[in-house]
Amino acid sequence: MEPLTRPAAVDRRSLLRAAAALGVSFLVPGLSARAAAKRGPERPKSLITLWMQGGPSQLETWDPHPGTTIGGPTKAIRTTLRDVEIADGFPAVAEQLHHLSVIRSLVSKEGDHERGTYHLLTGYRPDPTVVHPSLGAILAHALPDAGVEIPMHVSLAGGAGFALPRGGYLGDDFDAFRIADPGQNLRNLRARVGEPRQARRQAALEAVSREFRTGREARAAATLHEATLDKALAMMSSEQLRAFDLDGEPADLRERYGASRFGRGCLMARRLVEQGVRAVQVVLDGFDTHAENFTGHRTQAAILDPALAALVRDLVEHELLDSTVLLCIGEFGRTPRINPLDGRDHWPSGFSCLLGGGGLASGLLIGATDPTGASKDPSDPVSVADLYATILSALQVDYQQEIITPIGRPIALCEGRPIERLLAAP
Amino acid sequence: MRIPTAVWPLLVIGLVTSITSLAIQNPVRDRERPPQPALAADLRKNSVHALDGQLERLWTAHQLVPAPAANELTVLRRLSLALFGTAPSLEEIRRFEADQGPDRLERWTAAMLDDPRFADYFAERLARAFVGVEAGQFILYRRDRFTHWLSEQLRTGRRYDDIVRELIASDGVWTDRAQVNFITAAYANDELDENALAGRTVRAFLGQRLDCAQCHDHPFSHWKQHDFEGLAACFGQTRLSLVGIHDDPGRTYSIEDRMTLEPRAVSPGVPFGPEWFPTEGLPRQRLAAWVTHPENRRFERAIANRVWALMFGRPFLTDRAVDDLPDPDDAADSVEARILDELGRDFRAHDCDLRRLVQVIAASRAFRLDSRHLELPDDAVDDAECRWAIFPLVRLRPEQVIGSMLQASSIRTVDQNSHLVTRTLRFFRERDFVEDFGDPGENELSDRTGTIPQALLRMNGELSKELTDANPLNSTSRIAGAAATPAECVDVCFLVCLSRRATPAEHAELDALIPKRPGQPRHVAVADLMWALFNAPEFSWNH
Repeated sequence: MEPLTRPAAVDRRSLLRAAAALGVSFLVPGLSARAAAKRGPERPKSLITLWMQGGPSQLETWDPHPGTTIGGPTKAIRTTLRDVEIADGFPAVAEQLHHLSVIRSLVSKEGDHERGTYHLLTGYRPDPTVVHPSLGAILAHALPDAGVEIPMHVSLAGGAGFALPRGGYLGDDFDAFRIADPGQNLRNLRARVGEPRQARRQAALEAVSREFRTGREARAAATLHEATLDKALAMMSSEQLRAFDLDGEPADLRERYGASRFGRGCLMARRLVEQGVRAVQVVLDGFDTHAENFTGHRTQAAILDPALAALVRDLVEHELLDSTVLLCIGEFGRTPRINPLDGRDHWPSGFSCLLGGGGLASGLLIGATDPTGASKDPSDPVSVADLYATILSALQVDYQQEIITPIGRPIALCEGRPIERLLAAP
Repeated sequence: MRIPTAVWPLLVIGLVTSITSLAIQNPVRDRERPPQPALAADLRKNSVHALDGQLERLWTAHQLVPAPAANELTVLRRLSLALFGTAPSLEEIRRFEADQGPDRLERWTAAMLDDPRFADYFAERLARAFVGVEAGQFILYRRDRFTHWLSEQLRTGRRYDDIVRELIASDGVWTDRAQVNFITAAYANDELDENALAGRTVRAFLGQRLDCAQCHDHPFSHWKQHDFEGLAACFGQTRLSLVGIHDDPGRTYSIEDRMTLEPRAVSPGVPFGPEWFPTEGLPRQRLAAWVTHPENRRFERAIANRVWALMFGRPFLTDRAVDDLPDPDDAADSVEARILDELGRDFRAHDCDLRRLVQVIAASRAFRLDSRHLELPDDAVDDAECRWAIFPLVRLRPEQVIGSMLQASSIRTVDQNSHLVTRTLRFFRERDFVEDFGDPGENELSDRTGTIPQALLRMNGELSKELTDANPLNSTSRIAGAAATPAECVDVCFLVCLSRRATPAEHAELDALIPKRPGQPRHVAVADLMWALFNAPEFSWNH
């Protein structure tokens, strides 16, 4: 008897032929038999970070304290996790929370946006002599995949300025590739002119490049200029670019994610991870609510709630959650005290994040903050470095590995220790 | 004739626009000033000869035959990239070629140093070393004021040691006395970080990395944690109040001892050369005097190395970071480091004049050598590059790439005399492009590889399209319209992009692409050629 996979392969080919004839080939998943084809825990692992830019208030997200002086008007709702309540702006996330864990005791020492962002992106505090790589860059560097022709580290829907995860001492190659407005266009990934003109342009480029090489072949090759250009050209014609195209997704699914830039980013994040991209950041800006904190967070929740819940559900349905660590975090939290402008200021001690997937334990609640706001220190504090050591361990990266940096100093990828409870199999 | 009523508002708008655009043009148009008389003779006799002599001895000792001299237009391109951050404009190239007087390059260097573009561009490069690129805490720190102040100092030819003393020891409010932003840049989490200031001071001004001694004794140098604490203590009395930054002599600086975890008072001190550290005065003033002390050779060594790096794209001591220099008192110090010392000593002997230092480097043989050396075997290239017997291939920094793209898209020089709209556009485009390209920040003088997203941005980015596609104002349409023959068309495109004409081999391939008669099809062909030139390795590499 024929193995069961044979007819499937034949079917796929004929399907592709038919699809191509109809001009709908983008509907058929990519041919790559690598990451894209595998499902469940055997897949190579990836990370999706939902980056809450500006510093989300823990009290208006995952750590509400209703009925207290610090709680403000925010109410709490029950979730699929027993004994865990979250802010009332997140009914959809509440339904999916059993897939994730809640950490309410993150601590950092950086209360400035730029420094805090650096700390939360890299796990290190800013150091003027060296630039540390972001978590996504560490993963892209440690877990390459020759079969993936598109960038392995991507930032969606924002990631400008210091919020862009950088490669640091691992090299600019590991900087996140930016897509400012997911689904709207493939910025810079398509040639600006038609095929014949592009061919003429490349021929002229070759003529000029040849002249530059003449008499210094080895040195010109060492610049890697042409090699990099060739890779970029290969990327422009890659089938895998379809991962950046949202048109093939069902309308109701797109609706579930919400009609926001962030929602489209979350959907694209799933498509990229499916294609084998190692680390994706999706940015939601607007959490810096020094004034009108409660209105501000309601606006944010209306975007975040559907997108995050849809992403969790979608990852589960596509059997991708076991291989994808999902982290929802910002550069710090906000003060328990409500200021005279009805706002909350920067608060790097005792802030919250959601974490799950990728084989990490789910359904845990770690740490607690003081409901009176009197004590600054949360119980069971978790440092950023420990959080990242946990994630790196979940992705089977040797987080203690020391890299010799350009300044000659060996630096460990991460200086924390994993949180054992999260690594224990559920 | 009666003008229809509807046209009146348009006429008024037109009139107002033309009046305002006249008004915002810079009235100071000194571009046509003849190049200055040669100060070249003095420079050459006193400084350049000495430097060349040392380089030649270095080459002889290592049996290196230096590369032939580079074409002068190539040297002009290097100068323009180093001093303005752009390739030269067609206008400048034409003037340079028309100038057949003696010491052309020396005179042009001097004139470029007088151009405000130099002061602005170099101020930004130095600011990266002095305060980094972070925006910092806006209420306490104004980086724009700081770079503007630095630019003023460069423009007026202020002594470098004076500049450094002001940075370290000035008091006042950061908006008024912009130099104190050097201090307020170190405000983080509402505290002045003395350790950051101590590390920054020795790195930026003395080319020494002591930062790791903040937590432990230096692993492979002789710095002790104690040395670092003393330096930090020099900023221990610095306070911020309503009158800005000032020292409070009544305050004792104490730190938590890492062993006992008890507070321990630390008094100001320095890691070496205690005899240069005055016993009197406020701690920051004492530190400033020590850093710039005439016998503190690290001071000269550091600035000579940094200016060299800004001229060539890589530091003189190629195997080390620009701010991580060997100890000049080490007996095992290399011959190369000694050359750097000589350059530094010459700088000190000539009033710590930064512009003169630039001139000496620009006139040295190393700066004028070709980047091709046909007699050199492949395995000797690295050796020749790191001993400056051949001009190195160095990747341009993002601001140089975009600067050159913007300049190439205009026939005329884009400078302070350009229209305000042009200058504003240039400012924003440069900022956005550098952001997309990836700003290396204060580590801009270290080697980096190009990345795929950068290649994509250059090939397919919005800006590349805008600059290469013909429009009535850019060079694409003007070249397409004005060139008499396809060959001339190709040559002018090469000049605006690569500061050279096409070679016969290039003409053989490229002339055929350009339609014989000026017109629409030619616009497309020239845009394609400009695209190819923007993406060529030669465009993105200094050579």
